[in-house]
Amino acid sequence: MDSTIFLLLAQDALTNGAIYILLALATILIFGVTRIIFIPQGEFVAFGALTLATLQMGEVPGTVWLVVALAVVAAIMEAYRLLRMGVSREIPAAVARTLAPPLVVSGIAYVCAPLNLNLGWQVLLTVMLVTTLGPLVYRVAFRPIADTSVLNLLIAAVAVHFALVGLALLFFGAEGFRTPAFSEAQIPLGVLTVSGQSIWVYVMSIAFIGLLAYFFGRTMYGKALRAVAFNRNGARLVGISPSLAGTLAFALAALIGCLSGILIGPITTIYYDSGFLIGLKGFASAIVGGLASYPMAAGGALLVGITESYSSFWLSAYKDVVVFTLIIPVLLWLSLRSVHFEEEE
Amino acid sequence: MSERLLAVSDLNVRYGKVEAIYKASINVDRGTIVSVIGPNGAGKTTLLNAIMGVLPSQGGIEFCGANIGRLTTEQRVAKGMCLVPESRELFAQMSVADNLELGAFTRYRRGDKGIKQSLDEVYELFPRLLERRTQLAGSLSGGERQMLALGRALMSKPTLLMLDEPSLGLAPLIVKEILHNISNLRSTGVSILLIEQNARAALQISDYGYVLENGDIAMEGLSKELANDPKVIESYLGMGGAGQDRDKK
Amino acid sequence: MRRVGLIAFLALVAMIPLSPPFYVTMGSYIGLYTMVALGLVLLTGVTGLTSFGQAAFMGLGAYTSAVLTTTLSWSPWLALVIALLLTIGVALVLGAVTLRMGGHYLPLATMSWGISLFFLFGSLPELGGQTGLSDIPALAIAGVELRDERIYYYLIWLVCLAAMWGTVNLLDSREGRAIRALKGGLHMAEAFGASGLRLKMVVFVYSAVLGCLAGWLYAHMQRFVNPSPFGINVGIEFLFMITIGGAGSIWGSVIGATLVSFLKTALQGILPKIIGHTGNFETIIFGIMILMVLQWMRGGIWVFVERFLPPKPNKDVGEASDLPVRTQPRRGEPLLRVDGIRKEFGGLVAVKNVSFEVAAGEIVGLIGPNGAGKSTTFNLISGELPRTDGNVYLGAEKISGLRPSRIARRGLSRTFQHVKLIPGMTVIENVMLGAYLRTNEGFFSAGFRLNRTMEKRVAAEAARQLKRVGLEESMHVPAGSLPLGKQRIVEIARALCSDPILLLLDEPAAGLRYKEKQELARLLEQLRSEGMTVLIVEHDMEFLMNLVDRIVVMEFGKKLAEGLPHEIRSNPEVLEAYLGGV
Repeated sequence: MDSTIFLLLAQDALTNGAIYILLALATILIFGVTRIIFIPQGEFVAFGALTLATLQMGEVPGTVWLVVALAVVAAIMEAYRLLRMGVSREIPAAVARTLAPPLVVSGIAYVCAPLNLNLGWQVLLTVMLVTTLGPLVYRVAFRPIADTSVLNLLIAAVAVHFALVGLALLFFGAEGFRTPAFSEAQIPLGVLTVSGQSIWVYVMSIAFIGLLAYFFGRTMYGKALRAVAFNRNGARLVGISPSLAGTLAFALAALIGCLSGILIGPITTIYYDSGFLIGLKGFASAIVGGLASYPMAAGGALLVGITESYSSFWLSAYKDVVVFTLIIPVLLWLSLRSVHFEEEE
Repeated sequence: MSERLLAVSDLNVRYGKVEAIYKASINVDRGTIVSVIGPNGAGKTTLLNAIMGVLPSQGGIEFCGANIGRLTTEQRVAKGMCLVPESRELFAQMSVADNLELGAFTRYRRGDKGIKQSLDEVYELFPRLLERRTQLAGSLSGGERQMLALGRALMSKPTLLMLDEPSLGLAPLIVKEILHNISNLRSTGVSILLIEQNARAALQISDYGYVLENGDIAMEGLSKELANDPKVIESYLGMGGAGQDRDKK
Repeated sequence: MRRVGLIAFLALVAMIPLSPPFYVTMGSYIGLYTMVALGLVLLTGVTGLTSFGQAAFMGLGAYTSAVLTTTLSWSPWLALVIALLLTIGVALVLGAVTLRMGGHYLPLATMSWGISLFFLFGSLPELGGQTGLSDIPALAIAGVELRDERIYYYLIWLVCLAAMWGTVNLLDSREGRAIRALKGGLHMAEAFGASGLRLKMVVFVYSAVLGCLAGWLYAHMQRFVNPSPFGINVGIEFLFMITIGGAGSIWGSVIGATLVSFLKTALQGILPKIIGHTGNFETIIFGIMILMVLQWMRGGIWVFVERFLPPKPNKDVGEASDLPVRTQPRRGEPLLRVDGIRKEFGGLVAVKNVSFEVAAGEIVGLIGPNGAGKSTTFNLISGELPRTDGNVYLGAEKISGLRPSRIARRGLSRTFQHVKLIPGMTVIENVMLGAYLRTNEGFFSAGFRLNRTMEKRVAAEAARQLKRVGLEESMHVPAGSLPLGKQRIVEIARALCSDPILLLLDEPAAGLRYKEKQELARLLEQLRSEGMTVLIVEHDMEFLMNLVDRIVVMEFGKKLAEGLPHEIRSNPEVLEAYLGGV
């Protein structure tokens, strides 16, 4: 291997690693706030990239219909819940609150899809659609069972993964897509040429991580999310409701997933089921941080990126085998580090 | 007689098949301190948790004249109730200042502009918290933690503050300081429902008292009278007979 | 009724080969899937762990045999041995790196491992890549090749039913009870001498072995293998099977495997026609179905079925209890000596050099206000918490520094402040758990029902202890249906069933009503008259005053006073600690 290839692979590692950092953050966020091991995080990535690709073709993406359908189901569930609590007069307001934002977003997307707007607007539409999906998924699939064991929540997460992958196949077909790059520029840098899109990925990831740091460190809602993750009971006692926190966490996770999808869409061909492996690599990174530490997860993400990039050079067929086998020694290391006995649920 | 703030009537709480609270009725008037004393396992903590909505219960809970029995804990916080539990439930990995700020979460959602001022007031009340505002809550001593828990509760500007064993596990001198702070809170207009194992102290700072035994309200009265009631002292320490005379139900 | 159902089920299984070939093939698949799901029921429903890697274990069994029998022309039976060894090895490694940590690491590790194995199957040229390996020889028993699909069907179901039988037997045994206790918390299992880590490992390895066995049968039925039946999606489908069927019972695996197999076939036929192009659209329906089961039918279909079945027959209780009994120490001999024990949490000193003694045959109360360090002291004695300094002796032997299960072995038995019974098991089964250390019946004898005489003896002993505490009428009801006061007494019976020389009670009166407290006091007096030594940690002074021989009072982690009840009652320092003052 010469130094050019070495640097080229390093660039790849960094690009992928940046995406994995984002996904790992989303995973840790959701686990901390809701105790859900959110396997379908990668589906938001696929939905982001594929929704944008469909908009590019001037068609209405299936995401629009999914948002509408989930909103209707959520509204019915909300009405049923209030009916059972015996406060039926609150139903109209609650239904309106549940339906309005998703219907407005999908309405706008429906109208704008055939207009062939420029890339920036289409990205905005995509982000709005997929971000709306997050809280709806939480409301429909997880909120009714929020009090059960981590195990049940995990099974529900896998069920959501199954449903979303099937729906992605239904909406976008089995073919893969590449979305247009934000920048076609090729910037020479010594022996390397760095693509404009890679620069975009770096800048956007860093900017987004900065924004998240600001959100969690400085704003009331960000602190509230951290508070829920640290101490659920304490959070309730100061008036932070777990379902509000869950909704917020899922919106953020969907936003992060969607942005990741839009960023890597021009670099990798995305298929309806590509999200799973991308999401799991983000997940593997989060495990390095014990599903709790953000900085260690970021380190884990870079490690996964590097392993993947260099093993694709030497053992291209076994790239994923290497990445996923790597998790075993990591777990061994975590296991040896963990001094306490297992706590019961 | 002053205005009724909290009216709990015939409250039942069950854990599965076990009845933990049986037909308990408790009132708190505006601007007063009410204490609930009783032996351990009598259901004092259960009572507070039920009032706060942490545990499900049957019976009437009225707050400011409105039935709040169906509301979630968070909605009760927004209505002006606040519980400082025995375990304090601080955000140990966050700073003292962040803990206090989060205490005002419901006020922030309402768009209340007075949060900064409340923060200054809490720091004035507990200067030690100001000194340690950047420290993590988990690094505080027991007494400081209790101050932070109280301060965080006050940040929500509660109308009713419920305190579960505020003196628990604290050295006598600090207990004195905390109880002093609590009795001073009355002047700020907040009403307090206090649970204490330290019965003498509780009766000293409260206006009215209830004795809870085996999930029943066994006795109630003005704190001054309860404190001098030989039966209360006896009942509490278990002196004399094995207490057959107190097994009413 | 239960028996009729069982016979009907067996008859149905036996008659399937009379039906058209489609159903025979389907029946064979269901048998294989049931086997895998069965392991998952034990792992998930009973033990509270889960794995996404069961399909991968199946793949490991299938591919190992495929490679060894084709390229190396080994006998399938020899290949089975190698496949099982390989599976056990992999399961041990995965278990070793994850089981010590939180419950969600095992599913994640098995998921990653399942994915990498799947890619390995698909990329290694020696394994035929995506096309797989063909020309796998048929199984032969005594020179007769099992090529007929009907015969092979019977072979599959023979193995499957044997696995089900063995699993039922295992759950109804000494080790099985301990496995079922794991969900109630590691501490409880450890307090009766069972090693939670070892049991979890055994269950995980067992479930992996069932997967491997099913894979091996699969390879020699299909006579070719390719990667797709062993992918992560299939691993997830196994989890769906038991979620739908019911993870709490072995019958859940049969119901789930049957339902999912038929549904999948049907959906794969219908959905592409509706939608207009091919693809795995059934995943949408499965996903939604699982979410609905979790929201409305937690526990799966079996829970519904079981509602219509009569209760299980009562446990067979043997004639006389003749388990070996420890010699109790002589009354008045020093039995427990706590010598300067100290516990620090970070900088906080929870227990400051506390010393006291308990002599054989007496009841000693350890009291103090909330937060005084009583429970910590209790946990230092029982070994649940490691001490910072000081020692605890039981008789002449030092027990501090030993694990709780080791201390239990030396004759110390305890109850829990928050009752830890298995609510779904009957009272007598809960009490039998107490005798875990008094017999050494293993997994093997349990699985093959060689443990029946010993089981009867243990049941007789449990019945004797229940009689001793006055609960013999409640013997066969689920422990969870008793009121708290009775549950506390069941815990005492369970502790007695371990034949202890010292009984440790952690706040036995907390939450009890007055009548229940009186009954409890009477029971403890009776135990003392029978020579039992008891140490009680308690808040309730009233409860202790007329019961105990001596009292040790703690406050702020220190011993405040020690003496006879009437001395403690008039001790001004104790009054101050309890009444307080401003």
